[in-house]
Amino acid sequence: MSVDTVRTAPARYRRGAGTRFGLWATRLGWRHVVMWVVAAFALFPVMFVVSAALNPLGTLSSSQLWPTGASLDNARDLFANTPFTTWYANSLFFALTNAAVTVLLSALAAYAFSRMRFKGRRVGLIGLLVIQMFPQFLAIVAIYLMFSGIGEYYPAIGFDTRWGLLLVYLGGALSINTWLMKGFFDTVPKELDESAQMDGATHAQVFFRIMLPLVTPVLAIVGLLVFISTINEFLLASVFLRDTDAKTLGLGLYQVVASSRNANFGMFSVGAILLSLPTLIVFWFLQRFITEGLTSGAVKG
Amino acid sequence: MAASGSDNAGAPDGAPAHPSTAAAPDRRRPPRPPLPGGRFARDGSLAGQIAKIGLLGLFTALGVWAVLPLYLGGNWLGIGLVVAVVGLVYYVYLSKRAVPAKYLVPGVLFLMVFQIFPVLYTMSTSVTNMSDGHRGSKEQAISAVESLSVTRTADSQEYVLTIAAIGDPETGELVFLLTDREGGTHVGDTDGLSELGGATVEDSGKVTDAFGYTILTPAEVNARSGELEEFAVPTGSGAGIRSSGLSTAYEGRALRVYDESCDCVTDTETGVVYTADDERGAFYDDEGGRLPQGWQVNVGADNFARFLFDPAFASSFFSILLWNVVFAVAVTGLVFVVGLAVALTLHVPRMRGKVFYRVLVVLPYAMSSLAMYLLWRDMFNTDFGVINQILGVRIDWFGSVWGARVAVILANVWLGYPYMFLVATGALQAIPRELGQAAQIDGATPWQAFRHVTLPLLMVAMTPILVATFAFNFNNFNAVWLLTRGGPLFSDNSTAGATDLLITYTYRLAFNEATAQYGYAAALSVMIFLIVSVISVMSLWRGKALKEMD
Repeated sequence: MSVDTVRTAPARYRRGAGTRFGLWATRLGWRHVVMWVVAAFALFPVMFVVSAALNPLGTLSSSQLWPTGASLDNARDLFANTPFTTWYANSLFFALTNAAVTVLLSALAAYAFSRMRFKGRRVGLIGLLVIQMFPQFLAIVAIYLMFSGIGEYYPAIGFDTRWGLLLVYLGGALSINTWLMKGFFDTVPKELDESAQMDGATHAQVFFRIMLPLVTPVLAIVGLLVFISTINEFLLASVFLRDTDAKTLGLGLYQVVASSRNANFGMFSVGAILLSLPTLIVFWFLQRFITEGLTSGAVKG
Repeated sequence: MAASGSDNAGAPDGAPAHPSTAAAPDRRRPPRPPLPGGRFARDGSLAGQIAKIGLLGLFTALGVWAVLPLYLGGNWLGIGLVVAVVGLVYYVYLSKRAVPAKYLVPGVLFLMVFQIFPVLYTMSTSVTNMSDGHRGSKEQAISAVESLSVTRTADSQEYVLTIAAIGDPETGELVFLLTDREGGTHVGDTDGLSELGGATVEDSGKVTDAFGYTILTPAEVNARSGELEEFAVPTGSGAGIRSSGLSTAYEGRALRVYDESCDCVTDTETGVVYTADDERGAFYDDEGGRLPQGWQVNVGADNFARFLFDPAFASSFFSILLWNVVFAVAVTGLVFVVGLAVALTLHVPRMRGKVFYRVLVVLPYAMSSLAMYLLWRDMFNTDFGVINQILGVRIDWFGSVWGARVAVILANVWLGYPYMFLVATGALQAIPRELGQAAQIDGATPWQAFRHVTLPLLMVAMTPILVATFAFNFNNFNAVWLLTRGGPLFSDNSTAGATDLLITYTYRLAFNEATAQYGYAAALSVMIFLIVSVISVMSLWRGKALKEMD
C-alpha cells in the first residue's frame, strides 16, 4: 500500500505527458476521487440541515439538499415559540460544569494514583475499571427510584433541578478518565515534583503549581470528551428533566420534532446547528490536542 | 486544622512546618529524607490554609442543610450517614497522615453515592416484583386498600379541605390540609393524620399558608386529578379520609377491611374474600382476581428466569440480544474499515489538499451526535426524506425490519468513522515507512506489504480502541432510541422492536410502558452488565492492561 516510490518518481515523469498523467492517476489521482466521495458522504447531511435551516417554508417536505432560499424565519420561530434560550443555557450549564468539575476530580484522583503508594491503590484502580463496565445509565431504574426519594427530602436536588442531574453526572467523574490521566501523569518525570518537595513545597502546591500546568493536554482532552458527551446525553436527562423549562436543548429539540415532525423541521434544523456550535468551537480549538491524545492513547495501547 | 494552622503561622510561603524547622525557615536546605508519617512536607501556605478552612466550612453548612429535612422526617439512619460523611471529611483533611485520601475523597464520594449505590440498588431491585402496583410494603398496601375503599357513612366527620404538595406543585407528594369543626388543623398523607401547627387559616376554614407545603391552585389540582382519585388518608382500623370535591373531605368507613387472623381482605359489600399471597405480593380472590394495590416482595431469580425461559419473553429477549451483537459488530467493523481506508488514502507524502480533506472528513465527529441522530431520522422519512429523494425511490425505511436496521447502521457509520480515521492516522504515523518499503523491495505487492507488515502492526495499536468502540456501541442508547425508538415493534410482542438494543428495551420497560416494570427492567440491566463484563474482561485479559499496571 505504501507509495513511497513517488519520491523517486521525477525521473519517470519525464518520459512523456501521457505516462505522466497515468502515473499521477495511479499514484495520487484516485486518492482525490476517493476523498471527494468520502467528503460528499460526510457533507451531505450537514448541507441538508443548513439548507433546511434557511428554508423559508420550514417544513421537511419542502427541504432540499441545496438551499432554495434564505430566510431567518425558522430561527425567529425557534426563539419565539420555544424556550430555546433556557434550553440552551441548561445544556451549556451541564456541559461546562460537568466538564470542569470532572476534570478537577479525576485529576486529583489520578495524581494520587500516579504519585503515591498506599494500601488499596491496586484494588482502587481495578475497581475503577470494573465499575466502568456498569455504565451509569444501566442503573437508570435505581437512579430514578433513588431520586424519587431524595426529591421528597431535598426538592432542591430532586427531579427537574439542575443540581440533581449534575450530581448524577459527577458520579461518573472517576472512571476511565482517571486511567487516561494517570497514564499521562506517569510520563511526567518524578524528579520534577520531588525537587519541588525538597524546596519545601507541600503536596498541594506540587499538584496545583507543578503537575497541572504540565498535564494541560490531557486535561483538555478529558474536558472536551466530557463536554461533548454531556451535550449529547439523553437517557439520564430525559428521566430527570420532565418540566419544559428544565430541559436541555437536546431534549427540547426532541420535543420539537416529536410534536410535529414535518412542520417544525426548519426550527429543528436551526436548533441542531446551534446545538452543534459549542462542540464545533471547542473541537476547533482543541484539535491539536485531540489528534495528539487519541494518537498517544492508540500507540500506547 | 487549628493546630496545623498555628505552627505554620510564620511560614506563609509554604515552608515545611516540621516543629524543628518551622522556627527557622530556610528554603535552600540540602535535600533530606521524607518526613516520618507522610511522603510530603506537611502543611500548606497561608492561602492554602484559608482555602481549606473555607471549603470545610462550606461542607459543614451543606451537612447542616442535609440534616434538617432528615430531622423533620425523623430519618435517623439518614442523619447518621450524613454525620459519618462529614466526620470522615473532617478526619481526612485535618489529619496529616491521610494524604492520598485527600485527593481521592471528593471523587470517591460521588462515585459511591451516585454510581456504586445505584448499581447495588439495581441488583437488589432485580430480584423483586417492583412495579407501579408494587412499590411499598405490605402494611402500606393494606392501608391503601382500606383507605381507598372508604365510603361515607351517616356519622362521617367532615373537614374543610385544602390540597397541597410537599415541594414542587407538579411533582411533589400530595397531602391534605384539613380543618375540623373546632378549627383545629391537621395534615394527612398516605401514612396517616398528624397535627399541623402554625398554619394560616381563613374564615372558610381553607388553609392559605403552611410551612413546608405548597398550596395547589385549582389548575394544579386539576392537572393531578388522577392522583387525587387514588389518594386517601388512613386513620386507623378500617377508617380513612377522602376528598369530596375540592374543598371538603370526610372521614368514613372502609368497605374493604383487612383481618389479621386470616391475612385476608373482605369486601363487606360483596362478601368476596381476597387472601394475601406473600409470594406474589398481592391479594387474590378464589377466581384469581386481584386487588390493584400490591406490595413489593422478593421473587428471587424469577425476573431472570422469565426472559430466559418463558417462551413469550425469551424469544424477544434472544432476538434483541442477537441484533444487539450484530449491530455492535457491524457498526464497529464498518467504522473501522471506512476510517482506516480513508486514513490510508491520505497517508502519502505528496498528496495535495490534505488539511482540506481532513477537515471535511472529520466534520461528522464535530457535530452534536444527538442532533444528528434526529436529523438522520428525518432524512430517512419515506415521503419527504432526502435519502429517498436522492435515490429516487419510496422505501419505507423505518416501517420494515431490515430497512430500519440498515438505516440505523448507516447513520452510525456516518457518525463513527471520523474517530477511527483520527486514530488510524495516528497509528499509521507511528509505523516506520521503511518497513513497507523493505517488503516491497523483497518483492511484495503493495497489498501484500500492507496485509502482512502494516496491518499487524496497526492492529496492535487499534485493538483496544476497537474493543472500547464495541463496548460503547453495544450500549449505544441514543443511536437507536433517537432514530427508531427501537421500532418497528414485533407483531407478537408489542414491547420489543426489531432495532431494539437491550438498553432501549430496558428503558421502554421501565419508563415508556403503561405500567412500569422496575424489577424486570433492573434484571435486564444486570444481564447487560454480565454480558459486557465478560466481553471486557476477556479483552482486558488479552490486552494485558491489568498485568502491566504499575
